[in-house]
Amino acid sequence: MKNLKVVLVAFVSVFMFNSCSNDDSPVVEEEVITTAIVTLTGGGETITLTSRDLDGDGPNPPVLTISGNLSVNTTYSGMIQFLNELESPAEDITEEIEEKDLEHQVFYQISNSLGNFTYTDFDSQGNPLGLEFLLVTGANPGTGNITVTLRHLLNKNAAGVSDGNIANAGGSTDIEVVFPVVIN
Amino acid sequence: MRYLIILFFLLWFGFSGFSQYTISGKITNENNQPLTGSHIHTKYISVASDPIGEFELKGLPKGELRVFISYIGYATKDTLISLTSDVFLNVQLKPLATTLNEVTVKQELDKTSKTSTSHQVKKEAIERASTQSLADALKEVSGVSLLKTGSTIVKPIINGLHSSRVPVISNQVRLEDQQWGTEHAPNFDINAAGRISVIKGASGLQYGGDAVGGLVVIEPLILAKDTLFGKTIISGVSNGRGGAISTSLYKGNQEGWRWNALATYKYFGDREAPNYVLSNTGNRELNFSGTLSYSKNNYELSAFYSFYNAEIGILSAAHIGNVTDLYNSIQNQQPYVIDDFTYAIKSPKQAVQHHVLKLNYNQKLDESSSISTFYALQFNHREEFDLRRGDNSNKAALDLELATHTIQSDYKKEWEKLELKAGVNGMFQNNFANPKTGVRPLIPTYVRFDAGLYGIGSYEINEKLTMESGLRYDFSTIEATKYYLKSRWDERGYDADFASIIVGESGNQWLTKPSFTFHNISGSMGLRYDFGTDWKWFNNLSLSNRNPNPSEFFSDGLHHSSGQVELGDLRLKKETSLKFSSSLVKKWTDFSIEINPYVHQITNYMFLKPIGFETTIRGAFPVWEFQQTDARLVGIDFNSQWNINKNWLHRFSAAYVKGQDVDANQPLIDMPPLTISTTIQFKKPEWNQLILEIQSESVFRQSRYPDFNFTTNIVENGELVPVEVDVSTPPKGYQLFHFYSEMKFKTFQKADSSIAFSVQNMFNTTYRDYLNRQRFFVDEMGRNIQIQLKFNY
Repeated sequence: MKNLKVVLVAFVSVFMFNSCSNDDSPVVEEEVITTAIVTLTGGGETITLTSRDLDGDGPNPPVLTISGNLSVNTTYSGMIQFLNELESPAEDITEEIEEKDLEHQVFYQISNSLGNFTYTDFDSQGNPLGLEFLLVTGANPGTGNITVTLRHLLNKNAAGVSDGNIANAGGSTDIEVVFPVVIN
Repeated sequence: MRYLIILFFLLWFGFSGFSQYTISGKITNENNQPLTGSHIHTKYISVASDPIGEFELKGLPKGELRVFISYIGYATKDTLISLTSDVFLNVQLKPLATTLNEVTVKQELDKTSKTSTSHQVKKEAIERASTQSLADALKEVSGVSLLKTGSTIVKPIINGLHSSRVPVISNQVRLEDQQWGTEHAPNFDINAAGRISVIKGASGLQYGGDAVGGLVVIEPLILAKDTLFGKTIISGVSNGRGGAISTSLYKGNQEGWRWNALATYKYFGDREAPNYVLSNTGNRELNFSGTLSYSKNNYELSAFYSFYNAEIGILSAAHIGNVTDLYNSIQNQQPYVIDDFTYAIKSPKQAVQHHVLKLNYNQKLDESSSISTFYALQFNHREEFDLRRGDNSNKAALDLELATHTIQSDYKKEWEKLELKAGVNGMFQNNFANPKTGVRPLIPTYVRFDAGLYGIGSYEINEKLTMESGLRYDFSTIEATKYYLKSRWDERGYDADFASIIVGESGNQWLTKPSFTFHNISGSMGLRYDFGTDWKWFNNLSLSNRNPNPSEFFSDGLHHSSGQVELGDLRLKKETSLKFSSSLVKKWTDFSIEINPYVHQITNYMFLKPIGFETTIRGAFPVWEFQQTDARLVGIDFNSQWNINKNWLHRFSAAYVKGQDVDANQPLIDMPPLTISTTIQFKKPEWNQLILEIQSESVFRQSRYPDFNFTTNIVENGELVPVEVDVSTPPKGYQLFHFYSEMKFKTFQKADSSIAFSVQNMFNTTYRDYLNRQRFFVDEMGRNIQIQLKFNY
């Protein structure tokens, strides 16, 4: 019976020790990309395409903001920026992607043959990175989608990937945003 | 009654052995020297011990048997053995000058239940699985299948159910190691098991009232004999290019101090499928366990500690970003990351530590009753590392610390025909989800308190009929501290029902304190009938209740390995299970069978069901929600063993389960398909105990599955194209062949060593398994050659 008492004392002491380790602070989500901003400059105009998803994996869809329409037969120089706006001040994730350029590539696709994308920045091995690019719009007006995809740990040497073809790229998707655009 | 120095191992054969039994062992004198030529005598046969004191009595029938052991100048010992399996009997004879003692070996009956069959895993199977996991050793029991995440994370499925429905009891302590997760394997070193039993269904009321699927009960090896022995198993395997070493020392004693210690180290690199390397699937384990106990004639005090420490790589190609990646993986049937073989483990990976400290006190009250009390502290630390950016790449994405205190007391009293067991237990648990991970945790911080009370009685009505019934009450309360995204809170509709549990606010999140209390009654009733003609009939009806686990209540977030959002539900009710199982066992002289059909009705069965899509900046994700339905599982397990002659043996087992969602009138997801295993063994004891064995394992395609496929838009050539993501169709069936061979050598006078050579998946068959969560990404492991050396000393 004496042993039982010892056990009980041990039980109670560990019990009390343990219940102190609670920490009710909220999680600050650190590496979520909440926001992707594509800036297109050309024909004397600057057009921004923004996708903002402040609840991350939560149920709300991202909010898309497109500042204006594109023009036909125009060469736009483009860039993309990724932010985590849950942190204050907002964290610029673009820098990390630049640092780990071998592991990342941004893909741009436009539907209905409305234009063509070409890469203008490259990683340390000469493969495209895609934070900067050119968009040349076609001669015909129309509506369609620009799809922006950021892939992580992809196979940059697979067929077509350096030309911006995502089909064989593999890897895991960090960003996939579809912007509806009008070209006139 | 006088007890004497007797050691017995039970060689746990399938279901308590078959028609013919063997008693083997060693006869020694008071100085532990072997007694050559001792006479071992039974009413059937007599033998003499060999030059190292060992003997073997073969072909003995079931039943009580008196064994006499004599040697000139020494006191003859006689012992009554109730044979229901092979028995290992070490006897120490004392010179005639000392008092003549009667030796009594009472073989332990199935401790858990007298009216249900429990299935033991052979010691050999435990040793063979030395490099693998607990579940791999259980697979040989028919009706047990494996739920895998890759090749190294393996959980047992019993009659179609797993995880929270199948508690693992190790050395009386119920493992609390975040077992709700399908990718959380039991934190247990298989090498530390002395004996493993699988109980199908909820008849083990002394362990809890919520074992809806069944129980895995592990007992350590205990020696009640004055001896010191050691065992070392060294294994090397080709697939993973690694190995394991496990070494243990046991100091037994009839009375007084006893101790044992065991350490295991495992080291493996990437596993390989027949056509490619399964990148980042290496693992490491470093485990230790030890017991120190002191016993006197009517009490025993023991302290036990075990530490399990594992680092497990998760297949690189299983980390996917969104549903497009999942679709691509399923379409391509090829992993997107194939690197060269390496021992290195990078993210994603798991690092888990599990400590168990147990203090046990057994008191024998009189000849027929005893009381056993223990306190156990378990501390589980689970870290899951994901692919992260920059400074976070070495920080865990999930960091859970689970501390569990258990105190339990069991009382047992035996009369001539009646046996009574009763007990009470209390449990306090504290889960701490570290918020410093920078990722919202899947499981929140919570505290839980449980208390339970049970009584089980068994009564031998007559020689043929035994009845058992038990009743249990459980109280459980849990209070969590959880942050919900406000958007999620509204989407779940909690604003209307749970507004009162909000205690704070932080940015876009609500701080809530959900709490739940449950009162559960569970029970079991069983009948055993001995036909007296080698036929035995076991019938069992059990009622159990399982409360929703933290993941079922609180999950809300994205699973990177499955590319799906999983949502818990605070409105879930407990699930109630009613299982009837019957088993018919027949043991002829050379042939024995067991047929075990069952019907299992589960109301409020909790399962994940797809409910739609959510779009995020990463793309679209299918959303799976925990829902409840009424489920019915009907199945049959079959076993047979045929001792063709003294050299050849044939073993057969088959298991089938049909799981139905009664409400939706469709099959349940993730039910094991029909599985058939056939083993042919050749034995030649004269040639150094040679064993050669071929096993064929056939797993059929699961043809009954719910269609949870979904359509999503993926981008192809700049256009959004709708595609069907086939997450439902099970892979093809497969057949594998395994080879095993073993020889024993007597290297020293007291030593016994064996060497085993085995090949898993002999023909390097390419296959995928329905119950592997990574079946969307990669093939299963290819051929694996293992060499194992066992030393006993």
